[in-house]
Amino acid sequence: MKILVLIGNVPDTTTKIKFNADKTAFDDAGVQWIINPWDELALTRAIELKEAHAAAIETIVVANVGLALTEPTLRKALAVGADKAIRVDAKPVDAFFVASQLAQVAKDFDLILAGIEASDYNGSAVGGMLAELLDINSVSAVSGIEIDSENLRINREIDGGSQKLVCKTPMIAIVQKGIAKEPRIPAMRGIMMARSKPLEVVAATDTEALTSFDVFELPPAKAACKMVDEDNVKELVRLLKEEAKAL
Amino acid sequence: MSILIYTENWEGKFKKLSFELASYASELAKQAGKEAVAVSLGKVEDAELQKLGQYGISKILVADDERFSNMDNKAITKALAAAAKKVSADTVVLAHNNLGKAIAPRLAARQSAGLVSAVVGLPLSTDPFTVKKMVFTGKAIAHLTIKTDKKVLTLAYNSFGLVENATKVSMEPFDTGLTDADFELQVLETNKVKGKVLLNEADIVVSGGRGMKSPDNWHLIESLAEELGAGTACSRPVSDEGWRPHSEHVGQTGKIIAPNLYFAFGISGAIQHLGGVSSSKVIVAVNKDHEAPIFEAADYGIVGDALKVLPELIEAVKEARS
Ligand SMILES: Cc1cc2nc3c(=O)[nH]c(=O)nc-3n(C[C@H](O)[C@H](O)[C@H](O)COP(=O)(O)OP(=O)(O)OC[C@H]3O[C@@H](n4cnc5c(N)ncnc54)[C@H](O)[C@@H]3O)c2cc1C
Ligand SMILES: Nc1ncnc2c1ncn2[C@@H]1O[C@H](COP(=O)(O)O)[C@@H](O)[C@H]1O
Repeated sequence: MKILVLIGNVPDTTTKIKFNADKTAFDDAGVQWIINPWDELALTRAIELKEAHAAAIETIVVANVGLALTEPTLRKALAVGADKAIRVDAKPVDAFFVASQLAQVAKDFDLILAGIEASDYNGSAVGGMLAELLDINSVSAVSGIEIDSENLRINREIDGGSQKLVCKTPMIAIVQKGIAKEPRIPAMRGIMMARSKPLEVVAATDTEALTSFDVFELPPAKAACKMVDEDNVKELVRLLKEEAKAL
Repeated sequence: MSILIYTENWEGKFKKLSFELASYASELAKQAGKEAVAVSLGKVEDAELQKLGQYGISKILVADDERFSNMDNKAITKALAAAAKKVSADTVVLAHNNLGKAIAPRLAARQSAGLVSAVVGLPLSTDPFTVKKMVFTGKAIAHLTIKTDKKVLTLAYNSFGLVENATKVSMEPFDTGLTDADFELQVLETNKVKGKVLLNEADIVVSGGRGMKSPDNWHLIESLAEELGAGTACSRPVSDEGWRPHSEHVGQTGKIIAPNLYFAFGISGAIQHLGGVSSSKVIVAVNKDHEAPIFEAADYGIVGDALKVLPELIEAVKEARS
């Protein structure tokens, strides 16, 4: 079995969000880039599966659509335990563009793992789009994957509960919380080994984005918090009822 | 031309979000001089389907087909594409919940339609078609334009609300044309959360953090939630430590919710937590540290011990409601 893990390159989750002067783009000066948290967990699970089923899993490849600045993120994925990285050399303009680029490198895999959303633009789109472009099954909100001969046993969250299911390969699992406990961090040995692992750069295909970001704004500043004395809880209820009309 | 919504059902019943979608689509349709149509896959009684008419839907394509209950993403996508074709829908709107998030990108890719997920409110303009959504996990808002004629949207919870607009509905049986081979997913087991208000759909959410000290104190959170008909939530460390189920974890790596009222008891208000709750209309924080960042995001606050405030609050709510 060959596993592909999609890797989004996103600003560290504590980054202060700023935009350029005309507010048309995110200002990434000084930003610390990380593997999108979901993708980091997806990769962790892929590695756990390979450790548990060494004979069944041939390789774990990671792929990203991005410019050269994403390479340290891919090297980190290699250091954590991926065998090979692919970077499609293009600026990721929208989800359809990214999924179309990935479609050219994702054809020969049995299991593809994507995150449920990227923490920057929160698109929740690339995994599902790629599945449709490849015309393969997808299961979303996946919180557990086990390998069972030819098939995969999957847990997914549904609205109002959870399900256990069996899905044939090839398929895309779009993963969320629960898929792995803690992300693996690269060990020194892993970092050394990553230097000699292949990082292949692939040229982008000609695809048009279907959506565009026009402008960004920051949410309106919140009014100061109204403080209520801890001995006057009734007043809080009155305010919620009469002023906020929320009760 | 029409605007199509996918109204998923849960054991034959629609949830509030289907009515929010109906309200939204009928307003979009009105603006553009189009028809607001719903597609229903699976077994739903006529009386339940009729309810969509209260929110402005004038036609429903009904595929009374049990096979859709396994929620096979590929199969549902095919069925929705067939429905969109049948009623010449240029815009399809789904809920931004687990199922909507799973289907919308597939449908968009299938139709080479531009997709925007978790749209907040009506479009800023319809030509070009520009909508708003939250990005950077609640830290900013983006205006996006869909450049294609065909469009797919998912609507963020509670971002439009319910708008009554009683309309006469016609129902049309709909043959999706799918064969058994289209339903490949094999569901072994379904576990339902019983008797609880669904977190995503709750108007009020009562949430606890590590400041609640121990899972033994959660009866306080639950009593208040019960009194208010609210859902319950928690911060990440609380679910990581197994004090509460993972399904209650809200924040950047958990659920993103937008209730009318959010109570945070003993939650510090870390940026990753706020990412999941900052779209709440009103936030109330109870924390013993007056410098806790949660107070910067809150509308109402009490500096104090959550374990002491909660019983008093439960009493005060009981009193106010009686
Ligand atoms: C990549 C990443 C993703 C993350 N995603 C999430 C996420 O999705 N959701 C999330 O919640 N966190 C997330 N976190 C963790 C987040 O950074 C915080 O660590 C977490 O939210 C803190 O939880 P807490 O407020 O319950 O606990 P603490 O930070 O320990 O805060 C407890 C609070 O309770 C107060 N307190 C103590 N005793 C009492 C009392 N008796 N009465 C009243 N108040 C009291 C304290 O003053 C304190 O403010 C993430 C972190 C990272 C790095
Ligand atoms: N530029 C990218 N390169 C590779 N994978 C990506 C990229 N952007 C998003 N993904 C994958 O798609 C998931 C969802 O991202 P999004 O649809 O952008 O919210 C991420 O968790 C990644 O697994």
